[in-house]
Amino acid sequence: MAERFLVEAVNDALHVEMERDDAVLVLGEDVGRAGGVFRATAGLLDRFGPDRCVDTPLAEAGILGSAVGLCMAGFRPVCEMQYDAFSYPCLDQLITHVGRYRWRTGGKMTFPLTIRMPYGGGVRAPELHDDSPETYYVHTPGIKVAIPATAADAKGLLAAAIRDPDPVVILEPKLVYRTERSEVPEGEHVVPLGKARLVREGADLTLVGYGAMVSVCERAADELDASVEVLDLRSLKPLDEEALLASVRKTGRVVLVQEAPRTCGYAAELAAILAEKALLDLQGPVLRVTGYDVPYPYWSIEDAYMPSVARVVDAARRLLEF
Amino acid sequence: MASTLPVEHELRRVIGDGAAVPDGEVDGLGEDDYLALYRSLVLLRTYDERSVIYHRQGRIGTYAIYWGHEAMQVGSFHALGDEDWIFPSYRESAIGLLRGMPPETILSWWRGHPAGWWNPADYNLASICVPIATHVPHAVGLAWGKRLKGEDACAIAYFGDGATSEGAFHEGANFAAVMRAPVILFCNNNGWAISTPVSAQTRAQALADKAVGYGIPSARVDGGDVLAVFEATREAVARGRAGEGPTFIEAVTYRAAPHATADDPSAYIDAELVAEARANECLGRYEGFLRRQGLLDDTLEQEIKGSAADLMRAGIAAAEAQPAPDPGLLFEHALVDPPASFQTDLSELRRIIGG
Repeated sequence: MAERFLVEAVNDALHVEMERDDAVLVLGEDVGRAGGVFRATAGLLDRFGPDRCVDTPLAEAGILGSAVGLCMAGFRPVCEMQYDAFSYPCLDQLITHVGRYRWRTGGKMTFPLTIRMPYGGGVRAPELHDDSPETYYVHTPGIKVAIPATAADAKGLLAAAIRDPDPVVILEPKLVYRTERSEVPEGEHVVPLGKARLVREGADLTLVGYGAMVSVCERAADELDASVEVLDLRSLKPLDEEALLASVRKTGRVVLVQEAPRTCGYAAELAAILAEKALLDLQGPVLRVTGYDVPYPYWSIEDAYMPSVARVVDAARRLLEF
Repeated sequence: MASTLPVEHELRRVIGDGAAVPDGEVDGLGEDDYLALYRSLVLLRTYDERSVIYHRQGRIGTYAIYWGHEAMQVGSFHALGDEDWIFPSYRESAIGLLRGMPPETILSWWRGHPAGWWNPADYNLASICVPIATHVPHAVGLAWGKRLKGEDACAIAYFGDGATSEGAFHEGANFAAVMRAPVILFCNNNGWAISTPVSAQTRAQALADKAVGYGIPSARVDGGDVLAVFEATREAVARGRAGEGPTFIEAVTYRAAPHATADDPSAYIDAELVAEARANECLGRYEGFLRRQGLLDDTLEQEIKGSAADLMRAGIAAAEAQPAPDPGLLFEHALVDPPASFQTDLSELRRIIGG
């Protein structure tokens, strides 16, 4: 096993899956000649040629819309959206067609497409390069959503998405693209969708996160004078509900962490599940540490917006003292 | 750099008026072909007229009328091969009849019943697109994919004049040109997007002008002339098969019927132009042509119209005989591998509603 950065693991997955299956085709803006603005698709054009690694016009709805047609022609397209917020023009296709088309055919035609994009803040970038749009995707019926926190999961979840018969959105935490570095299995490596990862075990309190927030949770756990469990959800839809409930049965205290704005964010769904199914296990209120209900700020003050170790520690202490 | 593409603004016509304007002819069409076009026109017209009645009788839901658009659908359809893919909007909801789809399937679709679902691969016919223009990139992707696989198939996407204002049309058209996708962008310009006239939709002289900016050749045809539509589409298909990429066809008519059964156009439409369009409608024009050519008489006309009416009677009976769908269908088909919560939700629903 070699150590790789998270973005290198994405690249590795694309190479392995395209080698494995001729139907896999990568398309997006700057994915070919440039190898992607984050180099996630570097080398694919040379290895697989311009018909399988396609530099498209600058048109996100065109990318996703033509991917629907490519599925009908027998391909498994992997669409890159260059940045989180640049994916919004494709929401029309996602909501009106991608999540509905299989249903519309009575289950007779499948749409095995993958949408992957870098997401999240903290990278000192201009406006609309920092969003956490997972809720829009999770809320759309017929779509699966996964977010890796480690290099190995970035490879394994992307492979699972590409092989999945249904449309899957993979959000890659760009903040840790080139800081998260760990062992990644060589060759084929699949991490099934819908399985959370228990990052560390604890008895007093559970910190739940995904993507770049997992390492924030880990650092917060280090600072707390308590036995803290950290759960990396990995897959938002389908959710590993049992892993969440099992952890809460053990600790009775939960802090949910997400970068996205608070209202109707993913943590709200988790909190609702806990209210419905774990009420008697809880020793205190379910707390959320989230972005605020404001536009993602200019980067000179983005650190105040992003859920920080200090904010997570503060919430955890309040809960432990409840 | 290629020079700017020319756009012929004059509408292409083949069918004359039986008086001052002589009939033209279409190379390669024999008597059987002319009559096949007629049978298709009658089939679509019968479906449309019966559907409006079924709606008024409460037997189907809201229905998008296409009366007067049949020549555009039939003329273009007959220029396609079986391997070519069709991407209909709601205005072409019944075009599957021409590929042998039973009328009960389409009637079921308008009855909001899952018997109206079909597998696109069974007919090379995509699902009916309800939102405007969003299926244009699908047709482009399919056609591009077929080209990548070395297959001969083309795709045709149908949309209205209003759709040319949508982003999806423009992104799709640009993709088609860049990817050299063998796709026909078929615009049925009936002058109205519900109540918005085409003059409020664009300042372009003609919708075909929009193709120029994408480097796509275009044609303008009389949308009431089934032969002109056929000829223009045949050229577009040949261009696609020859690897020359997409074509934009603007077929022009005047919307002589409401947008849909829920629409009352008397508030906005020009009654004189409607009367003129109805007097000059496409089926009657083609019947005149066939009679002048000696290809149609009363007996044959009645036989063709009678069999279309029989098909519709059987179709509505079959659609109405479909059992009510089980609520369990709510949770089927959206995903190959549904989450466990679907089973929980269904069990709870059954406990409450029974069944």
